[in-house]
Amino acid sequence: MLEIKNISKTFNPGTINEKKALLDLSLTLKDGDFVTVIGGNGAGKSTLLNAVAGVWPVDCGSILLDGEDITALPEHKRAKYIGRVFQDPMMGTAPNMQMEENLALALRRGQRRGLRWGVTKAERQEYREKLKTLGLGLEDRMTVKVGLLSGGQRQALTLLMASLRKPKLLLLDEHTAALDPATAAKVLELSDQIVAENGLTALMITHNMSDAIKHGNRLIMMDQGRIILDIEGEDKKHLTKQQLIEKFAQVAGYQIDSDETLLTKN
Amino acid sequence: MSIAAYFSSLSLLKLLKNVPGGVAQGLIWGLMALGIYITFRLLDVADLTVDGSFTTGGACTVMLILAGWPAWAALLVALIAGILAGFCTGMLHTKLGIPAILSGILTQFALYSVNLHIMGMAANKAVSVDKFNLILSSRNIPSAILTGLIIAAVLVALAYWYFGTEQGSALRSTGNNPAMSRALGINIDNMKVLGLSLSNGVVALSGGLMAQYQGFADINMGRGAIVIGLAAVIIGEVLGRAILGKRMNFLGTLSFTVLGGVLYYIVVVIVLWLKLNSNDLKLFTAIIVAAFLAVPHFRDRAQNSFRKRKKKEVKTDA
Repeated sequence: MLEIKNISKTFNPGTINEKKALLDLSLTLKDGDFVTVIGGNGAGKSTLLNAVAGVWPVDCGSILLDGEDITALPEHKRAKYIGRVFQDPMMGTAPNMQMEENLALALRRGQRRGLRWGVTKAERQEYREKLKTLGLGLEDRMTVKVGLLSGGQRQALTLLMASLRKPKLLLLDEHTAALDPATAAKVLELSDQIVAENGLTALMITHNMSDAIKHGNRLIMMDQGRIILDIEGEDKKHLTKQQLIEKFAQVAGYQIDSDETLLTKN
Repeated sequence: MSIAAYFSSLSLLKLLKNVPGGVAQGLIWGLMALGIYITFRLLDVADLTVDGSFTTGGACTVMLILAGWPAWAALLVALIAGILAGFCTGMLHTKLGIPAILSGILTQFALYSVNLHIMGMAANKAVSVDKFNLILSSRNIPSAILTGLIIAAVLVALAYWYFGTEQGSALRSTGNNPAMSRALGINIDNMKVLGLSLSNGVVALSGGLMAQYQGFADINMGRGAIVIGLAAVIIGEVLGRAILGKRMNFLGTLSFTVLGGVLYYIVVVIVLWLKLNSNDLKLFTAIIVAAFLAVPHFRDRAQNSFRKRKKKEVKTDA
């Protein structure tokens, strides 16, 4: 499915701000894997997702998706295979466009955009059905400008948009971090639902250890641009927060004692 | 001159006589404003290329008509010349990484020389309606208004259709949220180049119409076109919202943009009728546009003002 082979990325090389964000990192995802990614600030989680999404080229190594080498493809071309939800709820939708227009743009992700009508009648019915499954009452507000929706609603919409045209890979970059706990839980639940229903392969970054344990079938922990822990299957199911903290200390060589230090540790 | 003498010298009849001409010219500026709407509102770029491409359109049209081309074919070439000008600005911006506003200024600057070359190094070229078959002319104002209206209707319909298509939607989303657009597989650089090209095509076309209407192309005819276009866009928006309110849709926005151009020119006619110095017109226009552009800022300030809050405190204390 996704094969990341020995990729590295250094920001601002040769300057005082030089930052080695990814170091010879390799990761292989199987079809249908739902991987949660945890790690402190600066561990390289977002950098990893951005490398896969093609926000910039990696310095070395290669990225393959279903056997196709996408290392040299720019972001808008990789978009054909990849659905994304960002941390900032404002980033995933166009505020001055209607909800159905946003959905229509997403339905055509990676397709040639020609001179056919931008939103068709048949699609509208489909959007209505899909919006209903979100359970937020958005199906009756399809011509509302997205800018009028709340952060949680926009994030749920972005999630739906990312899966509207089934992606080979779904990238969730801390997509609940800007939401209040109740909304965050709802959006996470929707993420599970959408991944399961469509049988998607997904990479999800989170800052929350409990969420990382609860969701997905595999967990990786990053530190200083490397993957230091990779737990899947039965081991993942029985994983506890305490075990995770201990394992981190073992591998990373320094002690953490709570979520909080994990959040701030570099 | 005493005030009484000044007022008695103003004749209402004279004003009424000049309004139709204002409407005709306003329609042409309104068409140009449609082009500016594409960049300013849809792409979120203030494109200064238009000051040059408006003249390019006028110059191409006049020279080709003088060379014996039919007026419609000359206008077609003007359209293509405008598209090329916008394309240059788009390339400077997307391929060379120059900020959009500077790219526009550079192209506009270069176009001054290009336009002089087109006009055979003359600053002014006349094309007489007596000798050539023009599409519209200030000699026959009713017919000019009718022609202007027909062209406006066609352009508004075309714009309404195009920006509703898949490609047009992608162009709008590029201006609205570039990061999202990229993530949805839209090549935003291409969309910007496309938008700038289309916009300047429309602007050059209206330049060609203006040259025919006034019977000449002038090297300075496009000076301040961007400001007049912005004035038309803004007047149209304010008026449209006042009349249609929440029913203001995209078709309404486009139509009111053209109407904004007409209203702007009627104001110009009134200013001239009041015998104000026409050299001050650009100053007035700039003040009006600045005032309207500041409206959203002041509306926001009125709702979130620390000074007001302070006053409120003083009141409750007392």
